[in-house]
Amino acid sequence: MLNNTGVIQDEVLSQRLGLIPIKADPREFSWKDADEDPTDQNTIVFKLNIGCRFNPGASSSETDPKKKYINSSVYSSHLKWDPKGDQAERFSDSPIKPVHDDILIAKLRPGQEISCELHCQKGIGRDHAKFSPVATASYRLLPKIIITGDISGDDAYKFQKCFPEGVVDVISENGKMVPKVVNPRKDTVSREVLRHSEFDGKVKLERVRDHFIFNIESTGAISPPELLHMAIEILASKCQTLKQSISSLLVKK
Amino acid sequence: MSEENTEMQLESPETLVEKIRILPGASHDLSSATFEIKEEDHTLGNALRYAVMRNPQVDFCGYSIPHPSEELMNIRIQTADAGLNAVEALDKGLDDILLICQSALKNFQSELEKKDYEIVDF
Repeated sequence: MLNNTGVIQDEVLSQRLGLIPIKADPREFSWKDADEDPTDQNTIVFKLNIGCRFNPGASSSETDPKKKYINSSVYSSHLKWDPKGDQAERFSDSPIKPVHDDILIAKLRPGQEISCELHCQKGIGRDHAKFSPVATASYRLLPKIIITGDISGDDAYKFQKCFPEGVVDVISENGKMVPKVVNPRKDTVSREVLRHSEFDGKVKLERVRDHFIFNIESTGAISPPELLHMAIEILASKCQTLKQSISSLLVKK
Repeated sequence: MSEENTEMQLESPETLVEKIRILPGASHDLSSATFEIKEEDHTLGNALRYAVMRNPQVDFCGYSIPHPSEELMNIRIQTADAGLNAVEALDKGLDDILLICQSALKNFQSELEKKDYEIVDF
């Protein structure tokens, strides 16, 4: 932090800067020990130099700070990557930048400025969640909707409306309009259908016990399919490590 | 395993020796034993517990993390069968997880290659 005259204190500003996801493949970098000097292999440098001033073009009665001042809001797009060593060449295909350009970092007023240098290093989620390439990861079981009774006519359309769009279709069968479950995966399991007395005993909501739907949301650094691949490999390598150490126990016996 | 993964584990050969030990109180024939595993948590603990329990020769398997600020995971295995002791059951459990990993990865890769998915921009 070279200069910070804004109202956000240095340590709070640093914390906010630290949480900005960076679009850079961590596999291209090496780990940095605390006592190690930064190199182009283990550190990415960003610069943030921004000052706020009055907008000469704004009318005197203007109250919107965005129009009245220039740079009243500091966004992640104001971070400028400063390539070190051969980084500019190595990442010429995908220049390193924040994943999102519209993350609000701070607000400034005329005369205030921020000038700092940011060093990004590689870490793991166990140390701090900001290092994790995964935003959310969750799983659920595939819902199963079983129609056990006779639902037809207007009730069929009412039945369809109890589920999100695309879950239930209404088809014509023997001259009657009947509901048909087409995509249970889209169901949110709202159980709305159970609130209506006309469907009492005519529908069963179950789950397919051995069908898991995994949802992975990435922060943008690594794509979700790659994350799944890496996660499985990490679990496998944990098993391999343990197997190796067990071999000594097996021999002892 | 590729170099990348061993790097991600941050494990050196010296720590491997001390990675696991059998806690006092195990039966003489090792048909029941509690293992103390260092630097592991629910990630491996729960998966391993599940895999070992799937083995019909195993009577009981449970795991716990005795204290959240100690990086230790305990796993207890009791076998029903004289032909299989707790260490072998643990080894079998690890092998099973590895097989699950392999098949999951293989199926995932082949499904991905079919390109039978849609990409939605948010």
